[in-house]
Amino acid sequence: MAHVTFTQNIQRHIACPPCQALGATVGEVLERVFAGNPRARDYVLDDQGAVRRHMVVFVDGRQIRDRARLSDPVPPDAEVCVMQALSGG
Amino acid sequence: MSDRLLVATRKGLFTLSRGKGRARPHWRITRTSFLADNASIVLPDLRDGHVYVALGHGHFGVKMHRSRDGGKTWQPIATPAYPPKPEGLDDRDPNTGRPVAWNTDLVWALESGHPSEDGTLWCGTLPGGLFRSRDRGDSWQLVESLWNDPKRREWVGGGAELPGLHSICVDPRDARHVTVGVSCGGVWMTKDGGARWECRAKGMRATYMPPERAYDPNIQDPHCVVQCATSPDVFWAQHHNGIFRSTDGCASWQELSGKPSSFGFAVAVHPRDPDTAWFVPGVSDEHRIPPKGKVVVSRTRNGGKSFQILTKGLPQTQAYDLAYRHALDVDESGERLAFGTTTGSLWVSENGGDSWETASEHLPPVYAVRFAH
Repeated sequence: MAHVTFTQNIQRHIACPPCQALGATVGEVLERVFAGNPRARDYVLDDQGAVRRHMVVFVDGRQIRDRARLSDPVPPDAEVCVMQALSGG
Repeated sequence: MSDRLLVATRKGLFTLSRGKGRARPHWRITRTSFLADNASIVLPDLRDGHVYVALGHGHFGVKMHRSRDGGKTWQPIATPAYPPKPEGLDDRDPNTGRPVAWNTDLVWALESGHPSEDGTLWCGTLPGGLFRSRDRGDSWQLVESLWNDPKRREWVGGGAELPGLHSICVDPRDARHVTVGVSCGGVWMTKDGGARWECRAKGMRATYMPPERAYDPNIQDPHCVVQCATSPDVFWAQHHNGIFRSTDGCASWQELSGKPSSFGFAVAVHPRDPDTAWFVPGVSDEHRIPPKGKVVVSRTRNGGKSFQILTKGLPQTQAYDLAYRHALDVDESGERLAFGTTTGSLWVSENGGDSWETASEHLPPVYAVRFAH
């Protein structure tokens, strides 16, 4: 099961505590997280379900490549970090 | 008269209230909300007292909030969101050639629906979509008839990379009659509640286009479009390169000569006198500063035949304030006006613009000013 953490900056707007989630891809893992925290989805993903322009997702320290379909694999026990990109100011 | 002002800024939402009596300053900041957040627009709904605000979080996207108690407490509501973009659709920005992302990039317009449609709101966005809510913002629906019009794909950005819908005028005679302004896409009107739309910018002129396209209605850049509440066939537009007026419900537009210039963003029309309108002029599109460093308001009382330059109470030396398109408002009496600027000044007039009182000189950059009850 992946361990998912969110940037501290998002907590000001919406509580996103660290959590465990099952899934073979970034999309599957995040879907599980958002199923339990629906409002968090729009803070991370855009209208089309892609990672927001100024957000970044890391899996075991590596930035994901497929920001539109979230198909990057997530190994068992991976660390998934949802961060803000400095491009957003 | 309105005794409350809501001011949306780059760093939060501010409420100003007018004190009773003659003690100055008359207008003081009495509440701050969403401090440090980018408030792109605010709407006090005069029908039921609700207040709506749109926030643009750089990282986390656009979010909207509603207050049922005049701004004391807020609840998150839905944000207008675009439907999935159809696979293979060739929807590209004409300027850049890049695919148009079907995402709400900015909430640029927010207006109450017709008084007969309780709870209805209209919302304009970048990249150009118009949304409607029938439940006070709990849900939003894209007005697909306008978004899917092939002419929408010809719209280009004006002042922003993406096209934006910034002005929404709901006709007081008919809830189904709605007019919108788009930068750059001209003026569009529906008379059947949004089933069909027509571009109604005939007579507008674009100096930024080659001569053969200058009068193309769909390329016009009206910075702001307003409608007279009691003479709703009269519209005023502060356009990118001029001031325009329509007296026939946007069937045609006439260009006027503003004073000291015809450039600016904001316009307000008197609610009971269609011949009276106010502007906050800048030098020109390549010099977006007040002429000669003097902040002035320009007023016409004769339908644009002539303009008076109003200066009393406004800085007349080394002042570089610019008022954005939603940053000038007039209240229901037509006597109280307020405008805020990019450099954080806010001025209020209680005599139709004859004189102005400074309400603040230290706000964040002001995006929108609205009178409330």
